[in-house]
Amino acid sequence: MKYSSQMVAKNYFIFALILLAGEVLFGLILGTQYISGDFLFPEIPFNVARMVHTNLLIVLILFGFMGAAYYLVPEESERELWSPWLAKVTFWIFAAAGVATILGYLLVPYATLAELTYNNLLPTMGREFLEQPTITKIGIVIVALSFILNIGMTVLKGRKTVITVVLLTGLLGLAVFFLFAFYVPDNLVLDKFFWWYVVHLWVEGVWELILGAILAFVLIKVTGVDREHIDKWLYLIIAMTLISGIVGTGHHFFYIGTPDYWLWIGSIASAVEPLPFFMMILYAFTMAKQRRIDHDNKIALTWAKGTAVMAFLGAGVLGFLHTLAPVNFFTHGTQLTAAHGHLSFFGAYIMILFTIISYAMPIMRGRVHGNGVKAQKVELASFWMMVIGMLGITSALVIAGTMQVFLQRVGVDVLSFMDTQAEIIPVYTVRLLFGLMTLAGLLAYFYSFFVKEEGK
Amino acid sequence: MSERINKNMARNIYFGGGLFAILVFAGLSVDTVQKVPKLSNADKITESVARGKNLWETNNCVGCHTIMGEGAYYAPELANVFDRRGASDEASFKEYLNGWMAAQPLSEPGRRKMPQFNLTQTQVNDLADFLIWTSRIDDNEWPPNIEG
Repeated sequence: MKYSSQMVAKNYFIFALILLAGEVLFGLILGTQYISGDFLFPEIPFNVARMVHTNLLIVLILFGFMGAAYYLVPEESERELWSPWLAKVTFWIFAAAGVATILGYLLVPYATLAELTYNNLLPTMGREFLEQPTITKIGIVIVALSFILNIGMTVLKGRKTVITVVLLTGLLGLAVFFLFAFYVPDNLVLDKFFWWYVVHLWVEGVWELILGAILAFVLIKVTGVDREHIDKWLYLIIAMTLISGIVGTGHHFFYIGTPDYWLWIGSIASAVEPLPFFMMILYAFTMAKQRRIDHDNKIALTWAKGTAVMAFLGAGVLGFLHTLAPVNFFTHGTQLTAAHGHLSFFGAYIMILFTIISYAMPIMRGRVHGNGVKAQKVELASFWMMVIGMLGITSALVIAGTMQVFLQRVGVDVLSFMDTQAEIIPVYTVRLLFGLMTLAGLLAYFYSFFVKEEGK
Repeated sequence: MSERINKNMARNIYFGGGLFAILVFAGLSVDTVQKVPKLSNADKITESVARGKNLWETNNCVGCHTIMGEGAYYAPELANVFDRRGASDEASFKEYLNGWMAAQPLSEPGRRKMPQFNLTQTQVNDLADFLIWTSRIDDNEWPPNIEG
C-alpha cells in the first residue's frame, strides 16, 4: 500500500461483505417462501424479506464502490486522499443509517414506517428498490455528495488518469440519476418512466463505468500490461456501454403506457447491449495473455476474468434473450426477469467487488504479494461454489420463467397465476438448493480470510 | 481491431457517442412526457386515484405483486385485476376487493400469504379506483391474456 489513507477502504469492504451475507440469507428466506407460503409468516412477510434482500444488495454495492474508490484513487492520483477523516465519518453515518433502515423494515409494518418517517411530507416510498424512507434517501444524497467531494478533490489535486476520469463520471452520474428517486408523480406511467432513470441508468449505465474503472485498475496491477493499452480498451468498452445502455432504457418502455416507438427503439438498442460485455471478456483475457508480470495474487486475476464472463452471460446474454419487444410481450414480469437480475447483479457487480477486495484486502493486511497459496486455494474453491451456485439459481429461474410463459400466457387453456406457481414448485426447490450452495461458497470465502499459512 | 484505433479516437468515441446517446434519449423523453397524458387518461386521475396510488406505495404492494409487469413475481399481476376479478364493472370490483382484503390472510396451509393491512372501506375504494384507472392505460395491449 503506497498511501496510508487507502486504509479507509478496509471498513467499507468488510461492511459490504457482512451485508452480502445478509443479502444471501434473505434470499434463502425468499426461496423458501416460494415453496412454502407459510414460512416465517406473519413475522417476515414476503414483501418485507424481498425489500431487505434487494435493499441490502444496493447498499452493499454502494459500500463496495466507495471502498474501491477510496482504495484506488489515491494510488491513481499519486497522493493521499483529500480527507480521510470525512471518509471515516461518512462510513459510520451511512452504516448506521443503513442498519436503522433495515431494522425499520423488519420491526414495524411498512405503512407505520412511512408514517413514522413523515413520508406524507415528501412521498417517495414503496416503489421497487426505492423503498427507503425519504429521510434515508436524503441521507444517501448527503453521503454521496461528501464522497464525491472527497474523491473529486483527490483526483483534481493529483495525477489524472483515464481510470479516475471514468470513475468520476460514473460516480457523478450515480448521484445525478438518484435525484429522480425524489420525483413521484400521481400518474403511474410517468412515475414508472422516471423510476427507470434511477434503476436502469444506474445498473446498465453509470455503474458499468465504475465497474470498468475498477476492472482496469486491477488488470493493470496484476498483469503489468501497459496502461496506454488498457486505457484504450476502457474507453471503447464504456463508450459502447453508454451508447447502447442509455437508449437501451427503452426496453423497459414497451408495456408501461409509453409511446409505441419505444418497441423498436428499445429492441434495437438492446441488441447492442451485450457487445460491451463481450468486449470486456476479450479485454480481460487478452490482458491476462499479454501479462508482463506474474503477480503472486493469482486469485484476483481469476475474479477479474470471472467478472467479465459472468457479466456477459448474465447482463449480456440473458438480458438480450428477452429484450426484443415481441419476446418481452410474453416474458415481461416473469421469473425470466428474476433470472436475468440474479446473474447480472452477481456477475457484474458482486464479482467486481470480489475482484477488488481480493486484490486490495491482502495488501491492506500487510501481504503485498497477495494471500498465501493455501488461502488462495480456499478462495478458488469458494469462487467456483458461488459461480456454480448462481448459475444453478439462474438456470432454475429460466426454466421457471419459461414454464410460466407456456402455462399461463400461451394458448387458450391457460392456468391462473397461482395454479401456475404451484406447478413450478419443484423447480423452485432446485433453485433453493443452489442458493444453499452459494451460501456455502460465501462461507468458504469468509473462511479464506482466516487460513493460516504453514510455517507461520 | 483495437490496433487501428488509437487512444484519442477511443476517447472521442466515448465522449461523442455518450453525448449523442444522451441527446437522443433526452429528445425521446420530452416527446414521451408529452404523449403520456393521453395514453394514460391523465384527466381521469381523481383525488381518489391519487390516494389509491399512495396506499399502493405505503403498503409496499409492489413487494409481492407486479403492476404492468413490474414489481415482485410472488403474487398476481394487478394492472388487469379489474377485468379479471370485477368483469370490468366498477361496483362489483369494489365489492370484490373489499371482501378480498377483509379475508386476508387466507388460512389455506402452504399457500402464499397476503398480510392483513387493516384498510378502511374508503381506503379500499381508493385503491380500487387506482387499479381501475391503471387497467385503462394504453400499455400496448399487455398482458397477453386475462390471467396476467
